[in-house]
Amino acid sequence: MFSAIFSMMIFPGFLFLAVLSFLGEFIDRKIYARLQNRVGPPWFQPVADFIKLLGKQEIIPSEANPTMFKMAPLFAAASVVTAFFYIPLWTPEALYSFNGDILVVLYLLTIPTLSFFIGGWYSTSLYARIGTVRSLTQLFAYEVPLFMGILSSALLANTWSLTKIAEFYVIHPWLWLMNLGGFVISLIALLGKLEKTPFDIPEAETEIVAGGFTEYSGKLLAFLKLTLNIEMIVGAALLSAVFLPFALTYNSFLDFVIFLVKLLSIIFLISLARTIVARLRIDQMINFCWKYLVPLAMMQLLLNLAVKGVMIK
Amino acid sequence: MHNSSEEFKIPIGPQHPALKEPESFSVALRGEKILGVEIRLGYNHRGIEKACEERTYIQDMYLIERVCGICSHSHSTCFVQAVEEIAGLAVPRRALYIRTLVAELERIHSHLLWLGVAGHEIGFDTLLMYTWRDREIVMDILAELTGNRVNYGINTIGGVRRDISSIQIQETLKAMDLLEERTKYYIELGLGETTLIKRLSGVGVLSYDDALHFDAVGPTARASGVKRDVRKDDPYASYGEISFDVITDTGADVYARTIVRLKELMEAYKIVRQCLKNLPDGPITVRAPRKIPVGEALSRYEAPRGEDVHYVKSNGTERPERVKVRAPTLANVQAVKHMLKDRFLADMPIVIAAIDPCFSCTDRLVSLEQDNRGQENLMTWQALHDYSIKWHSKRGVDFGKLNKKLQERLSKY
Repeated sequence: MFSAIFSMMIFPGFLFLAVLSFLGEFIDRKIYARLQNRVGPPWFQPVADFIKLLGKQEIIPSEANPTMFKMAPLFAAASVVTAFFYIPLWTPEALYSFNGDILVVLYLLTIPTLSFFIGGWYSTSLYARIGTVRSLTQLFAYEVPLFMGILSSALLANTWSLTKIAEFYVIHPWLWLMNLGGFVISLIALLGKLEKTPFDIPEAETEIVAGGFTEYSGKLLAFLKLTLNIEMIVGAALLSAVFLPFALTYNSFLDFVIFLVKLLSIIFLISLARTIVARLRIDQMINFCWKYLVPLAMMQLLLNLAVKGVMIK
Repeated sequence: MHNSSEEFKIPIGPQHPALKEPESFSVALRGEKILGVEIRLGYNHRGIEKACEERTYIQDMYLIERVCGICSHSHSTCFVQAVEEIAGLAVPRRALYIRTLVAELERIHSHLLWLGVAGHEIGFDTLLMYTWRDREIVMDILAELTGNRVNYGINTIGGVRRDISSIQIQETLKAMDLLEERTKYYIELGLGETTLIKRLSGVGVLSYDDALHFDAVGPTARASGVKRDVRKDDPYASYGEISFDVITDTGADVYARTIVRLKELMEAYKIVRQCLKNLPDGPITVRAPRKIPVGEALSRYEAPRGEDVHYVKSNGTERPERVKVRAPTLANVQAVKHMLKDRFLADMPIVIAAIDPCFSCTDRLVSLEQDNRGQENLMTWQALHDYSIKWHSKRGVDFGKLNKKLQERLSKY
């Protein structure tokens, strides 16, 4: 009982995740800054921002529904942290696992988008209204290629459990190379989920201020930001577990370092993407996802089916 | 609750992250589509024109320079040219060359600034950081030549206040080489980056006819194929002696405006090099009288944003009787409403930014008081138009033919 609470709340649960997310945010901001020829923030900047926001006044619009407005960030944070428990990190075994957990993780990662929608919608701001509608519109575009990309790897491993997938790739160490296409597709779709450029349409600063987050301030905003960072870490951990399940040495320290390297290189790719492109329009984003990403994801599925057929023979 | 066919209005401004200056755009939306835009200016009226009437010409020059933070030299040169014309001063050639030099350096810094802002408006912050870093090169050169990064204060009535040394010439030439290389990179980037092209092309279209109808000026007009550039049409300073091309494009959209500005940067480097090469010897200023004789003058100047017009009327004292400033944004802002019609909300920031707006410079106050004797003083636009044609024909200038042409063009709308 105690050890379960410890692993949920401290390590590798919420607290560890929060620290990791601060590290992730720092790396993201630093790389973004260096690529743009700026100096970038010091290492403690994300923590300082968080603490400062905690001390700020919290304003809830009088028109807003206070319960929904306050609950939305909590729901989002709880669901992303829960999703983290089912992802194998530096060992091929996750904290908890059952057959079908891959779908649960994918749906748990959808909940933040929905709860941000609810929070933004109930804040009754016009900018939030447009931003939340945009984020839901976007959800229908990136969710399909993301699911197809991640499930194609599961298809090859012939299991619906993330732990089993990791074990499969330990036995067949080079088969992860088959999924590289799926990795790229899922990474692009993940940009949409994390609302990063070029898919930061729902919170496009120059158009709709901060989209669904416009009315949030103080502690609630601090937790929203934390949730977004945790979502980035969980998303990156999911991709590294599904697509980069290599170099497991069974030396737990070395494996931990390798896990961090994988995680940070995915964050590096995310930062790189938002450095080199401009924000798309919502219609262009949906076109891009359905015209290019989905057919590519389908090809990845077909490829994996073919490989599986050859392997079984 | 929400329904995509429902219409609603969202305020962009007076305070909004997309806008650097206070102005209000009230956007009527259906879903993401813009149905109509109401523009309201007047949040930053400073009463500079009235203040000019209460100061001497020398003081006015510094005040006028502060109309705009970006194109300060444009306004001050435009004003000084008008005053010099009334006073009949022959400005030394060296002074004219230095004015041209500073004007082009200012154009370089303004266009680089615009490119960064445009990048920011479409969520491409890397472009902002890159161009603003490169802009520092030209800002340093301006500070080196004039003593200030903005509001250079180099003009004086009858010439310029500072001379250029041969060391400064060498440094400026070196900076031009560096900037030219960077600009070539941006042109390559602009022609190649897919997301940039996707966001800019086909957005904010202003056709050739519309550009004429709305009287667009500067890069906005030139990107619609209108070959309109005061530097060529009515050369001032030393532009008559310098060879350069007027850049036009037929794309008529925001992308064309970007390309026009980028190519204009290349022309600006050419002009700066020619100015420095052909810099004549001689004095940099002539003595100007404190009291300007009675008269009036209209001065035109091609600012980075388009044609800047200043009107000065003197009454023989040391203070002007009337100063009128027409900043280029006032000419272009009319077209924005047209450009935004039936576009997406996402295009709004970049379409507004594409005219390179400078709203604080544009703000004017017109108060129409309708008192007892008011009626006969109020004129409709048509009456004023007819009156001005009559006024000119009395003095031997016939605008009849031109007027007929204009009426034909207007009747299309």
